[in-house]
Amino acid sequence: MTPQPSMTAEATAQIIAQILAGEKHLFHNLIRPLERAVFVMLFGLLRNETDAEDAAQEAFIKVYRNLHNFRGDAKFSTWVISIARNEGLGLLRKRSSRPEEPLEPDLDGEAPRGDFTPAMLTDWREVPLEALERKELRQCLCRAILNLPPIYRDVVQLRDIDEMDVQETADTLGITPGSVKVRLHRARIMLQKELVPVLKGFAPPKRGLFGRRV
Amino acid sequence: MKIDCKHVWDHISDYIDGDVEPMLRAEIDRHLEHCEICSAVMDSTRNVVILMADERIFEIPRGYSERLHQRLEAVLNEEQS
Ligand SMILES: [Zn+2]
Repeated sequence: MTPQPSMTAEATAQIIAQILAGEKHLFHNLIRPLERAVFVMLFGLLRNETDAEDAAQEAFIKVYRNLHNFRGDAKFSTWVISIARNEGLGLLRKRSSRPEEPLEPDLDGEAPRGDFTPAMLTDWREVPLEALERKELRQCLCRAILNLPPIYRDVVQLRDIDEMDVQETADTLGITPGSVKVRLHRARIMLQKELVPVLKGFAPPKRGLFGRRV
Repeated sequence: MKIDCKHVWDHISDYIDGDVEPMLRAEIDRHLEHCEICSAVMDSTRNVVILMADERIFEIPRGYSERLHQRLEAVLNEEQS
């Protein structure tokens, strides 16, 4: 998922200037490419569709009201995602009686607490994207991502789902590029370990002689 | 420099992102050629990364976009005056 598939920085700056000059309706087009990424970010934080949708609306309203503060030294998508993330984190703090989302301290400098050894195997049959037509597979992937500890889920969300680069991810999370890489590495290993046994069941059958399925 | 399996695992993520030095990359490639465990680990991790990036993983509630733009429209209008 690329937040802004076709809008260049210049085009974005142009539209923002027009909106600020009074062509407010253009705001709809400006944010359309980011709707999905914002919802997914908030759903990851809040774990509830209704809350995520409400928070997304609030976040986009904040984006609109603060549009004059956007400086263009960050990408617009990064700026919007940061606003959405702060909205979500603010709601989590209000919910503090619900402990499912501890705000973890930065642990990159310490010895890793988890086991970051991948699942061992000796051959791998590619699970193609078509396999995602199956709901069970989508659910397994979704659950595995949501169940990552928050500091790891964050980087997976931004790097592998929103397809931000390392620097944008670091800026959004307020951590160093080095930490982004360490966390992403650990997250991917944890996901590999958890998902390999599941994914095996979704690989296409081995082909026999002459490409026949056996 | 000869690298072992554990060393390869340390670089899986950077390798997938094309973010390792050419010398190390060559070493890893050489290792992957003869180590079936590491090559299966690498392929499966890459497979997970590719699947995760697919839009279908996270479903967006029906009507989300319509409701969002309706709400925004109201905000845009109220601030017109
Ligand atoms: Zn090996």
